[in-house]
Amino acid sequence: MTEHDILSYDVIIVGAGGAGLRAAIEAADKGARVGVICKSLLGKAHTVMAEGGMAAALANVDDRDSWRVHFADTMRGGQYLNNWRMAELHAREAPDRARELEAWGAIFDRTEDGRILQRNFGGHRYPRLAHVGDRTGLEMIRTLQDHLVHLAIDVHMECTVLELLKDGDRIAGAVAYERERGRFKVFKAPAVVLATGGIGRAFSITSNSWEYTGDGHSLAYEVGAALQDMEFVQFHPTGMVWPPSVRGILVTEGVRGDGGVLRNKDGKRFMFDDIPENYRSQTADSEEEAWRYIQGDKSARRPPELLTRDHVARCIMREVRAGRGSPHGGVFLDIAWVKEKIPNSKEYIRKKLPSMYHQFKQLANIDITETAMEVGPTTHYVMGGIRVDGDTQMSTVPGLFAAGECAAGLHGANRLGGNSLSDLLVFGRRAGEYAAAYARDNAAVNVDAAQVDLATTNALRPLDGAGDRGPAAEGPYQIQHELQEFMQELVGIVRCEDEMKSALERIAALKKKAPGVTVPGNREYNPGWHTALDLRNLLTVSEAVARAALERKESRGGHFREDYPDKDSGFAKFNIVLRKGGDGAMQVSRESIPPLPAELAQIIEEMK
Amino acid sequence: MTHATFRIWRGDSSGGALVDYETDVTEGMVVLDAVHQIQAEKANDLAVRWNCKAGKCGSCSAEVNGMPKLMCMLRIDELDMSRPVTIEPMRAFPPLRDLVTDVSWNFRVKKRIKKFTPRPPDAPDGSWRMQQSDVDRVQEFRKCIECFLCQDVCHVLRDHHKHDEFIGPRFLVHVAALEMHPLDVADRVDELKEAHGIGYCNITLCCTKVCPENITITDNAIIPLKERVVDRHYDPLTKLVRLFRGKRDKGRAEIPAEDPVLHGSSRSANPSEESR
Ligand SMILES: Cc1cc2nc3c(=O)[nH]c(=O)nc-3n(C[C@H](O)[C@H](O)[C@H](O)COP(=O)(O)OP(=O)(O)OC[C@H]3O[C@@H](n4cnc5c(N)ncnc54)[C@H](O)[C@@H]3O)c2cc1C
Ligand code: SF4
Ligand code: SF4
Ligand code: FES
Repeated sequence: MTEHDILSYDVIIVGAGGAGLRAAIEAADKGARVGVICKSLLGKAHTVMAEGGMAAALANVDDRDSWRVHFADTMRGGQYLNNWRMAELHAREAPDRARELEAWGAIFDRTEDGRILQRNFGGHRYPRLAHVGDRTGLEMIRTLQDHLVHLAIDVHMECTVLELLKDGDRIAGAVAYERERGRFKVFKAPAVVLATGGIGRAFSITSNSWEYTGDGHSLAYEVGAALQDMEFVQFHPTGMVWPPSVRGILVTEGVRGDGGVLRNKDGKRFMFDDIPENYRSQTADSEEEAWRYIQGDKSARRPPELLTRDHVARCIMREVRAGRGSPHGGVFLDIAWVKEKIPNSKEYIRKKLPSMYHQFKQLANIDITETAMEVGPTTHYVMGGIRVDGDTQMSTVPGLFAAGECAAGLHGANRLGGNSLSDLLVFGRRAGEYAAAYARDNAAVNVDAAQVDLATTNALRPLDGAGDRGPAAEGPYQIQHELQEFMQELVGIVRCEDEMKSALERIAALKKKAPGVTVPGNREYNPGWHTALDLRNLLTVSEAVARAALERKESRGGHFREDYPDKDSGFAKFNIVLRKGGDGAMQVSRESIPPLPAELAQIIEEMK
Repeated sequence: MTHATFRIWRGDSSGGALVDYETDVTEGMVVLDAVHQIQAEKANDLAVRWNCKAGKCGSCSAEVNGMPKLMCMLRIDELDMSRPVTIEPMRAFPPLRDLVTDVSWNFRVKKRIKKFTPRPPDAPDGSWRMQQSDVDRVQEFRKCIECFLCQDVCHVLRDHHKHDEFIGPRFLVHVAALEMHPLDVADRVDELKEAHGIGYCNITLCCTKVCPENITITDNAIIPLKERVVDRHYDPLTKLVRLFRGKRDKGRAEIPAEDPVLHGSSRSANPSEESR
């Protein structure tokens, strides 16, 4: 180990998206020495792509809103599998976190009276999403980044964590490699916050970037932390479907929030055909009422296009399967139609949805102010993740914390749009605060040289046989591609037992193959090597999704089983939890959800 | 489906050359797709930065047929396919490997710019009131995705290597966003002239032309900032008043001498042209 310098911090944060940056700022504010590690450059994390907005019950647009309504909406959306403590804290604290961003320089769009404007989004009873056009994530990440660079925080950019280190039962640091030179870096810290985001790259059609290989999930799992709710993957109903090379790129829900409607090839607004029982009282029953809602009429109810994402995605699948889809296997999302209703519709669309306008114009040659878009479901978000304590965000491993998309609990079986950006800030802040406190109380920790050596030896393996691979043999890209294809096909939006079992067999086969993969080139900025190193993580999260999905023999939220198409109240009482067993195999268990405190139960009852 | 040749710069800080790769091109493909296809099929170690593939993160900047572009937003059918498509890294920054350059200088520059400093809140809940019409301009600047293409084309950096004296168009936009922020009360005018070198800009408009976010960098950001500098420094009356207030030329002293580290690359910011 002599060849590696050890970098020592009180708290290391893995990830520089909204959750990681907010955690870093908080930990530094609490006096901790903080190091941030991220795979890309600062400001490029996934958070930058978020479009629609951040949910917070500021009640600026509709004064009937409050944390209690937001709490009830989140629980209803999550089909009551949520960690209710997290749902409560999130709803209570999100408004302060939004105002705090403004104090750090963010500029949200404004209401007439100069306050933060809020927009409609699926599953939220009132207009609740603070936003900046359709580039809210950029505003958030840039604000946090610009605030952070003036604090005494080290940022290790283009540096990838390969393995976490332990000292007995507790966390002790991490081994990473920096891309530019391919050198290893060893980090020692009594507290580690994982804020690594999601797993979308396990599927072939996704809105997610190359970074989303489930690293945090897998790193935590390897050191013994529990994962939960991994069967709940969110397929966003509206991704681009044409041309092929843009398939999966997101079309924000904001399009529907601002008046966009879904139609099949016969021009029918099919979302009116199937409105779930528990949303019927809140949903418009005519096109006329739906439009009044979009216009801000408080007596009108929400258009059915704004039902939760799991439901809208399945309705789209239904239309496509019944042969009523669009030419390229999606349905039509039409915002241009508002010209029938308002005079300056082109201007309205371009102002409300500038980057959607740009995206379609540039990538698909379509002017969305004139023509309907073609859209279909895309893998978007993982509700499941590292099991954490609701207040502190500590995982089941002492000293290991998780926040943001890689943590589980807040969203239950289905996340409401906009609840992620607020999640990042609320729980990023909490993770930073408690990680700093933990580090202060448990400062002395040791790094074990043997663990470091094992990590670096494993990491170098793909480069060992460099050049040996004949043209026919599989490289890391081919394995990744194969995995993505069969995960999409067999463990995607519609699942059944046989298919998932066959997916698990194929995962097992790839697990044998992956460690033998070799790549050409050397250690310096070598994407092939990086892809080879990502394979373990992708395989771990894929297995976790498949095993959890097999165990949940019902349909709920983001998880739909063809062989068990209905909700089963017996499954409403527990989360599915995955751990690495002593023999190295993945163990599946059911952990019951603690009963709701009376106060929260009453809120849910009142808001039914 | 058609066949096309891509001529990609391969190399590192010690030098490199253009290498031809052939690959199939399908409808709607963007340049980044072709690079990825080549990477998966023929050159696993071809280095390229990207994240969003939707023009939102500003990672995939490069020079395609000599034009500074985001590779993920450039459709191949917009290019002349009768000859090879040349893809090279940005020139204003030192090459690291293949299409990846060392842009760490930009991150160091940002740290030298005085941070956002708001006036006290307007309301008891800690919030402020701002009219949409008062923030439109600043929102334009805040669209910046930090792709650094404007830095790449600015001759002050690209040809004259004034990286130590001039912060470049991207950061003039950043200063403008702070200076014109309705809540901000800090003063950055003195350092604009001194430490940030705004005088080097001779309004060639090249930066505005390449900005993928269509930010009107020169007209809306740089020229108004130049006016503020001129008002202060060449107006004897203003200067006298300021002398009385004792607020003179504190700019340089307020820049922290030793910044916390921003690891990424420690190499010099000046590009070595020979190494291309
Ligand atoms: C197109 C799109 C639009 C969206 N729109 C919205 C929206 O409008 N509202 C909303 O609430 N949500 C939205 N979401 C979801 C939301 O953006 C994400 O869930 C959220 O940004 C995740 O943030 P994070 O901080 O958890 O992770 P990220 O922002 O993804 O950051 C992860 C970080 O971890 C780092 N990392 C990962 N692995 C490693 C490793 N091994 N070593 C070192 N670093 C590592 C990465 O480099 C990165 O810095 C959207 C998502 C997408 C894809
Ligand atoms: S206008 Fe000024 S900043 Fe922009 S490219 Fe020309 S000289 Fe550089
Ligand atoms: S101002 Fe425009 S060109 Fe310059 S970095 Fe920002 S987005 Fe890129
Ligand atoms: S990959 Fe994000 S801008 Fe091109």
